[in-house]
Amino acid sequence: MLKINNLSANIENKSILKDFSLNINPGEVHAIMGPNGSGKSTLSNILSGKKGYEISGEVLFENNNLFELETEERAHKGIFLAFQYPLEIPGVNTNIFLKTSLNAIRKAKGEKELDAIEFLKLVKEKARELKFDEEKLNRQLNVGFSGGEKKKNEILQMSMLSPKLSILDETDSGLDIDALKVVSDGVNTLRSKDNSFLIITHYQRLLDYIKPDFVHVLMNGKIIKSGGPELALELEKKGYENFN
Amino acid sequence: MDKREKDIEKLKDYKYGFSTDIENIRAPKGLNEDVIKFISNIKNEPQWMLDFRLKAFERFKQLKEPNWQKPKYPKIDYQDLYYYSAPKSMKDKPKSLDELDPKLLETYKKLGIPLQEQARLNGIAVDAVFDSVSVATTFKDELTKQGIIFCSMSEAIQKHPDLVKKYLGTVIPTTDHFFATLNSAVFTDGSFVYIPEGIKCPMELSTYFRINASETGQFERTLIIADKGSYVSYLEGCTAPMRDENQLHAANVELIALDDAEIKYSTVQNWYPGDENGKGGIYNFVTKRGLCKGKNSKISWTQVETGSAITWKYPSCILKGDNSIGEFYSIAITNNHQKADTGTKMIHLGKNTKSKIISKGISAGLSDMTYRGLVDINSKAKNSSNYTQCDSLLMGNKCGAHTVPYIKNKNFDSNIAHEATTSKISEEQLHYCQQRGLNPEEAVGLIVNGFCKEVLQQLPMEFAVEAQKLVGISLEGSVG
Repeated sequence: MLKINNLSANIENKSILKDFSLNINPGEVHAIMGPNGSGKSTLSNILSGKKGYEISGEVLFENNNLFELETEERAHKGIFLAFQYPLEIPGVNTNIFLKTSLNAIRKAKGEKELDAIEFLKLVKEKARELKFDEEKLNRQLNVGFSGGEKKKNEILQMSMLSPKLSILDETDSGLDIDALKVVSDGVNTLRSKDNSFLIITHYQRLLDYIKPDFVHVLMNGKIIKSGGPELALELEKKGYENFN
Repeated sequence: MDKREKDIEKLKDYKYGFSTDIENIRAPKGLNEDVIKFISNIKNEPQWMLDFRLKAFERFKQLKEPNWQKPKYPKIDYQDLYYYSAPKSMKDKPKSLDELDPKLLETYKKLGIPLQEQARLNGIAVDAVFDSVSVATTFKDELTKQGIIFCSMSEAIQKHPDLVKKYLGTVIPTTDHFFATLNSAVFTDGSFVYIPEGIKCPMELSTYFRINASETGQFERTLIIADKGSYVSYLEGCTAPMRDENQLHAANVELIALDDAEIKYSTVQNWYPGDENGKGGIYNFVTKRGLCKGKNSKISWTQVETGSAITWKYPSCILKGDNSIGEFYSIAITNNHQKADTGTKMIHLGKNTKSKIISKGISAGLSDMTYRGLVDINSKAKNSSNYTQCDSLLMGNKCGAHTVPYIKNKNFDSNIAHEATTSKISEEQLHYCQQRGLNPEEAVGLIVNGFCKEVLQQLPMEFAVEAQKLVGISLEGSVG
């Protein structure tokens, strides 16, 4: 589904990713772990289409050259990024944002757009599943939301849009156990033989709830080791510094 | 250019930029007593009306063109303008739409304002003003049944002279400022509305102003009187052809609300803004003033200003009656080289008077936007209050936004609250929206409409959707 071949990325002449390669097949859950500054967020930014990086190498998503697609076209094709810092958009009602987003993607896929009633039915159902406070759906997008609510809102959007590839950028940071449970429930519900996940995290904790198929350790812009879930436990024990 | 770029190009075009090739009758070029007499004469006006004009003209000659506004413009040669231009076919005063020049009907159809019986807009009566004359007013009969007068100003002067004499110039006197006084001297047509005591006007009343002829100034005059306990909602729309020259539009609008009456006045201003290099476009220098004359009366201005090369106007409320309410809701958008200096004046004279100002300014491109507003609470206006909220949204790094509030409070029982914010659509917000599948234009549309929501909600339903689209179109191409 996603093939990253020898990806290098610089920002302001600083090298962040160096010959990074990764292959994700349909249905797989990959976790990338690494210390601060290892290039984790750069990876999610580049995959989502954020501008400002000098890039070389190749990224294919279902055989499309990702770098030829605009950010929104990547979203239309099924790439979703749960942001590390979800943005606030004052004045824009959360429900309206969700509906506009969902319909933009449905439209791009040639599916029928949902009317207000169909949308509300769906969003309420998903909000209940994720224990997301329905009252917040009528508030301005992320404005006045706590850190945990913002992250839960990302997961709500993910489950509404049911993307093929979900990238979670440190979604677990700053979450309490209950919220962590909600996030992992969201992922586990969407998990299927067709949907893949790339989970970027500092901590092993999240992986107690979402069982990854593969764990990769990212240091200085490169994967230094890959393995199964046991790698995360080993990492937790040794710490990043001693791991090398 | 790929398909999407082409579509965006298409949207960027000002779709009302066509002109109608029609034979005109014009006053001789220039501004003098003879031209004023020509206008008065061709409209077959009574002597008192001519006297009104000449008195204004005497005053005008003593006035200096103001120059305190932020947007500067090249000197206007007032002798090099036509002050009256009307389709020749209107001279014989067509009795019905069947007699109206088909070219005029076609023009309004193209503008989306069908005048014909079968195609009329639902629940909206329209007065169509073409250059200097009103060409048609729809739904007149239905309104007459309730005693509502909705006609052109020219017709009102003929048929309802007592009402016109009683109220014309009582809110904007002939001795007012430069442009208002010029208007009093040379005004050509506009709408007249009278709502009798206790009547709630059953439909939206609307005037559609169209500038067609070149080198012509449009000086229309609108007078709306809501008698005791009555209600009316009125909407004006404006467009003009794309021309390289700048054209002057200097209207006067007077509103009068008597005891317990309410007037809601909405404007969707989409005059030609000039091209992306700032060539051409309308100078919209308009005087709009409402008088809450009676107790418990209310006047509410809502404006969506997207067009014009320069917008320079302050729709105002004089709150004379005790317990009267004045409101001003504004969205002003400038893009490319457009400039706007707009806001309101709330003059509190009566006791327990309240005013509310919600202003949303959006600037993009190389444009410049100023909010200028006055809140003046007189010493006798005990227990009065004002709330002002003034928000600016910037797009890009080359535009400007300025807020200039003037506040005068002359008594201790009254209070004034002023809030202002300036924000920018960030790259991060756009990226976030795009990651959720919206293209940059959709993203900007969503964010901007969210920003303007409080004002858009004030518009009559039929126009809110239109205005929402217009807001998006006005900002096309301003992303990135």
